[in-house]
Amino acid sequence: METLQIEGTPKTPSIKFDYHNALLEIKGRSIPENSIEFYKPLVDWLDKYSSAPKTNTNVNIQLEYFNTSSSKCILDVFKKLESIQKGGASHVVINWYYEADDEDMLEAGEDYQAIINVPFKMVQVEE
Amino acid sequence: MLDIYDFYDKMERNKIVLSFKGDITSELITSILQIMESKLDNLQEEPKIKKKVYNVLVECLQNLYHHTDEVAQTAIAMDNIAPRSAIFMIGKTGPEYTILTGNYILTENVGKLKDKLDKINLMDKEQLKEYYKETLSNDEFSEKGGGGLGMIDIARKSGQKLNYNFLAVENIYSFFSLNIKIS
Repeated sequence: METLQIEGTPKTPSIKFDYHNALLEIKGRSIPENSIEFYKPLVDWLDKYSSAPKTNTNVNIQLEYFNTSSSKCILDVFKKLESIQKGGASHVVINWYYEADDEDMLEAGEDYQAIINVPFKMVQVEE
Repeated sequence: MLDIYDFYDKMERNKIVLSFKGDITSELITSILQIMESKLDNLQEEPKIKKKVYNVLVECLQNLYHHTDEVAQTAIAMDNIAPRSAIFMIGKTGPEYTILTGNYILTENVGKLKDKLDKINLMDKEQLKEYYKETLSNDEFSEKGGGGLGMIDIARKSGQKLNYNFLAVENIYSFFSLNIKIS
């Protein structure tokens, strides 16, 4: 599979899914008005990935801001990862990064952790 | 002639930092967010407050964006003049930020929105967290992608009750105003 790469903009994060290393990284801000359209390439890519996943899949989510419209799409991405994990084809770990003083971002990660049946690691970073 | 000083004086007395009235477009939202971000930087606001103000601002502006569009679509379908424009203002009094928004909504949607706001206002922090998770994980997803999370998020991030008002303008449209405080 090819590597999926989407450049970041002031309203959308950069997305990189390196198939060789089975590493998905989402970084930056996710505040588009139409988030379904923005996340569609990633969701489609994950569908393809689920038919030939690597033994371990690592996911790094390092968001500075995200809007509620993105939060549903991010959940959809996690649900795809959950089903890959459930099939036993790959061991998935989601690393959720948050800045030391950003309780809201930590809490957002914990909200997902409570809904999704995939191991989460909360990773604190300095500002 | 419009009394410009009157506008100025009212805004000055209410410590308005930024105001806008008109069409809410995606480009406008991008510009406003850039302006507010540099203002918050210049004011050397704590990162925590800065993030809360920014987050609430995004949700408020995108609510306006999605809902004024909905009203405009109905107006076009009814061959009516579209009351498309919205108003919003950001004020700062001492350490407290105020975000004010106003937009037309369809009168038939007033009841549903009012019920939702009242439900949110009766909840404490933990209940809001549960309500957010419940709404996030149900499969309902509006076409615009909002999914009904915006107001819950605004209440969670601001940590205060949603102060709102509905004004009956005419049969089809009502004016919805929202006053959010963040400190």
